[in-house]
Amino acid sequence: MQYETVIGLEVHLQLKTKSKVFCGCSTNFGSPPNTQTCPVCLGFPGSLPVLNREALKLAAKVAIALDCQIAKKIRFDRKNYFYPDLPKAYQISQFGQPLSGKGYIMIFVHGSEKRITIRRVHLEEDTGKLFHKEDASFIDFNRSGMPLLEVVSEPDISSPDEAYAYLRSLKSILEYVDVSDCNMEEGSLRCDANISVRKAGSEKLGVKAEVKNMNSFKAVKAALYYEQLRQIELLDSGSRIVQETRLYDSVRNVTESMRSKEEAHDYRYFPEPDLVPFDLDPELVRGIGREIPELPGPRKKRFISDYGLSDYDAAIMVSDKALADYFERAVSLYKNPKVVANWLMGDVAACLRERGGAIGGLNLSPEDLTAMLKMIEAGLISGKIAKALLPEMIETGRDPGSLVKERGLQQISDEGIIEKAIVEVISENQKIVNDFKKGKDNAVMALVGKVMAKTRGKANPRKANEALRKKLK
Amino acid sequence: MAITKDTIKYVAGLARIGMTGKELEHFTGQLDRILEYVHELKDLNVSGLEPTSHVMEMKNVYRADRVRPSLPVSEVLKNAPDKANNLFKVKKIIEKI
Ligand SMILES: [Zn+2]
Repeated sequence: MQYETVIGLEVHLQLKTKSKVFCGCSTNFGSPPNTQTCPVCLGFPGSLPVLNREALKLAAKVAIALDCQIAKKIRFDRKNYFYPDLPKAYQISQFGQPLSGKGYIMIFVHGSEKRITIRRVHLEEDTGKLFHKEDASFIDFNRSGMPLLEVVSEPDISSPDEAYAYLRSLKSILEYVDVSDCNMEEGSLRCDANISVRKAGSEKLGVKAEVKNMNSFKAVKAALYYEQLRQIELLDSGSRIVQETRLYDSVRNVTESMRSKEEAHDYRYFPEPDLVPFDLDPELVRGIGREIPELPGPRKKRFISDYGLSDYDAAIMVSDKALADYFERAVSLYKNPKVVANWLMGDVAACLRERGGAIGGLNLSPEDLTAMLKMIEAGLISGKIAKALLPEMIETGRDPGSLVKERGLQQISDEGIIEKAIVEVISENQKIVNDFKKGKDNAVMALVGKVMAKTRGKANPRKANEALRKKLK
Repeated sequence: MAITKDTIKYVAGLARIGMTGKELEHFTGQLDRILEYVHELKDLNVSGLEPTSHVMEMKNVYRADRVRPSLPVSEVLKNAPDKANNLFKVKKIIEKI
């Protein structure tokens, strides 16, 4: 039987404000338990929430960046349920008049582009954090009342790979608009997935499972692969799928039924009487829109047309705003975009992988990188020396010119020195020399290699090649 | 109209209130009468009125994004029925860890 998979993603994002969304408590991460709480975020009777203007502004910024229809009037609602992470027994959220209606994200999977519709974006408060032990559960309310943005996709996603691409695209946009730390491990970005399978071509949706507890994009992909297969196997064996919440276990790479004591949800939303309604003045919204930088989509198109990058290279360059900014700064100093891109994706990326961290934290300015590229172009150092030089530049933060001088790494174009090395190489490698003379032309490359080794990589390989051929004629 | 016993049972369940059979009987009749009374509003002509969620003519009340002091942890946990390591302690919520 052929099946198709239907996935919808709910992403929760903590907005980067200094204080919580409805009270003045700090949003600092990692403080001792319950030290960032007050009567408002603890739900004490008589306390009243007041909306943090910055939280609404950051939320609107995301909605605009996702091309969402921003509402003119918004309102907050109470979402009622009993769970100890909510001291008030309701969460302040948005239901009837959320911040925005539909928008979209473009994703790229296996070489093709697909548009995923965003259903809505709304602002709400985060809940406290629970810790479950053998005999009891424990609560830290520091997270209670943190500004949380919910981005809900339509079930337009049809594979775990597409889900992964969606999250990457979304995260990239969020980083461009700079509204959140987007750190899944610290919980500032969380993702729940709804997944169902149905017979290929069928109109009717299958019974869905909600999958939670994934703490990386890779975990989301792995959990969805597992869940997709589990549902297909159930249907193939003639069993039924139960609608339920399942938790992903990353160690065993399985999803398991949560078997919560919670009953079926009935949230009984109603307007939050403690908060007044808000008008989003179109002029204000336009002003927020003007603060949004060029986003990865348009920037990629520009990189292709302005710098002649390939689709693939451009996609990598714009995926991280800091990298794209770095690239543009470097290209302004050294006008060979393709060479800059190759170094950034090759040796610089390798150094980053080895050391961890992002390009912004790297001890390598665009000025120093391009100075090195200019030295290669001028024949002052070989590409091979440059490759060895780069990690040292990053290690010490020093400019390439002074390092090359100090280490005596200048490329040797002095014909006398090259000549001396060639004579030695020829006498030491008679067999290769004979191969070459018998007509095996690329044997000369082996000899060039020996010359390079003798000069510790400093000989100009083009010059060595020419001189060798002349000598062996 | 008629509120049924099942409705009362469901609402009591949502509010985590236990009820005896006699109480169920009692509240079913009572709530039914209350709702009937409230439903008199249905006879009003509201065609010219905007739906409203707030009775006060107030909107756009914000606070600036400024951190204010939180409560001392001792105050925070003062009324907690149970606590450990500065955390609130409650009955176990999920059956498995
Ligand atoms: Zn607070």
